[in-house]
Amino acid sequence: MRERIVLAALLAAAVALPWIAEALGTPATVGVATRIAIYAIAAASLNLILGYGGLVSFGHAAYFGLGGYTVGILWEHFRLNEPFLGIIPGTAELLVTFPAAILVGGLAAAAIGALSLRTSGVQFIMITLAFAQMVYFLFVSLAVYGGDDGLMIRRPNAFLGLNLRDPATMYWLSLAVLVFWLWLMGRVVRSRFGRVLEGVRQSERRMAAIGISTYPYKLAAFAIAGAACAAAGALWANYARFVSPDMMHWTKSGELMIMVILGGLGTLLGPVLGAAALVGLEYTLSGITEHWQFVLGPILVAIVLFARKGLMSLFGRWGPGNG
Amino acid sequence: MAEPVLAVRNLVKRFGGLVATDDLTLEVRPGELHALIGPNGAGKTTAIGQICGEIAPDSGSIRFDGADITGLSFAQRVRRGLSRTFQIVQLLDDDTALENVSLAVQAAEGHSFRFWRNARLDRRLTDRARALLAQVGLPEERARVRASDLSHGERKQLELAIALAPGPKLLLLDEPMAGLGAAESLRMTEVLRALKGRIPMLLVEHDMDAVFALADRVSVLVYGRCIASGLPEAIRADPAVREAYLTEEDGH
Ligand SMILES: Nc1ncnc2c1ncn2[C@@H]1O[C@H](COP(=O)(O)OP(=O)(O)OP(=O)(O)O)[C@@H](O)[C@H]1O
Ligand SMILES: [Mg+2]
Repeated sequence: MRERIVLAALLAAAVALPWIAEALGTPATVGVATRIAIYAIAAASLNLILGYGGLVSFGHAAYFGLGGYTVGILWEHFRLNEPFLGIIPGTAELLVTFPAAILVGGLAAAAIGALSLRTSGVQFIMITLAFAQMVYFLFVSLAVYGGDDGLMIRRPNAFLGLNLRDPATMYWLSLAVLVFWLWLMGRVVRSRFGRVLEGVRQSERRMAAIGISTYPYKLAAFAIAGAACAAAGALWANYARFVSPDMMHWTKSGELMIMVILGGLGTLLGPVLGAAALVGLEYTLSGITEHWQFVLGPILVAIVLFARKGLMSLFGRWGPGNG
Repeated sequence: MAEPVLAVRNLVKRFGGLVATDDLTLEVRPGELHALIGPNGAGKTTAIGQICGEIAPDSGSIRFDGADITGLSFAQRVRRGLSRTFQIVQLLDDDTALENVSLAVQAAEGHSFRFWRNARLDRRLTDRARALLAQVGLPEERARVRASDLSHGERKQLELAIALAPGPKLLLLDEPMAGLGAAESLRMTEVLRALKGRIPMLLVEHDMDAVFALADRVSVLVYGRCIASGLPEAIRADPAVREAYLTEEDGH
């Protein structure tokens, strides 16, 4: 019960943030908070497979990029008024581009997962990384969509008459998607499907011994995670009004992993904390020194060494199995 | 005579130059408790591994419940009613005893592509899981303890409860008494005695008191070969068996 109250208070504070920022005269905070919310969605999606399922996917940023490019490419064809592949008309409607991004991310993850999940351990880490690099280089070489330089999206998507160029509106949209996704994940990880995932993390052998062939469950989780990460990418494209292969660079996959591990593997709110910590640290440290990554490194090592459940250890009650 | 529940024919398994299973032929008949004994390294666990599908044999065949299952995976065999326990327990250590059994009950109920209802609050799963824990004698108040915090004896009991969850047609038990104290060992013997007759069992065990108290038939494995198979009294009297195994046991 007290948890509910704390959560409600947190949510209220998050909703009120743009007004608070205005009152304090720090409007830039809204942009930072939007980045945190979007990365939190991406990290939480990775957490489904990494934290709950124990699947160390090192190519998760590929789906972030694919989601972003879905929005970008549909915009580009809308702008040029010439259908994609000669059949799919371009659009700048979020109600179309957002589901399209989710679909693209889900299908790509299903295809990549179908092959990668035949391996395990280090091999799985390497093959997911390799697939992500393939997607990365594909977009680097796609000159029509800007190649290395990426693609500008001059106008954010239209969405129910709202103006996504307004930072507060973009923030609230991102926050709404984050809250919805966390609520959905909270249900899924407690369901029968979620129990199987947690079993997979703990012992594949035990799962076989109770008669569960784990492959289809891992594949489903992988596809769901890819779809949700692409949703984050679609939001990013609207927020930054720009997409580029950097969105799916392997260092971005690494950042997502750091957020999950830093925040707390297999915890519902851990990835949000991790995203906030990483984006926040980057924001403050990069203001102090350009070598901020050298400072960040030791901080990460310390957290991973001393807190098994990352930052979520500070909130013991919300650890796994308790929430 | 009724067809055996399990029929292992001419099974061979080599690890490099070592023949771990050497032309093994073995049957478990309906209702029977068949004990498989033999010295350390005789190939008992390797035989169980091949029967359950974790280890691929080099040659030979396995029939179970009227069908050839040699090509099926471990999980597929379990779904057909072949259940096993491990010499070294394999549990979901972060989960409680109840959750471990509940998940096994869930697996037996069909696919788990159910994303919505909270599985931990599903009475269909937990009620049956509690009944299974009671059946193996794990006290009610231990059900909510994490598997990693249970005693060794309790973990052995828990494994048996999990193996019983699918309502198996055959139980493969790899040393259920290993590491148990005398009292725990007796309790486990009683649990198995209660199951005997209802579920056919292939029991691998070093505890000779338990074996001779429970077994309907005994097979003796030495260097991967079955050197004798028969009624417990006959096995006890067999000179070759005494030489290879029982005397050595006495020496301990
Ligand atoms: N994966 C493996 N690779 C190589 N050798 C193996 C492997 N598994 C088992 N062995 C060898 O095969 C032989 C049989 O081993 P197994 O574990 O089946 O014996 P066991 O009868 O179960 O012994 P114990 O009573 O000690 O449990 C042993 O010599 C063992 O070292
Ligand atoms: Mg053994």
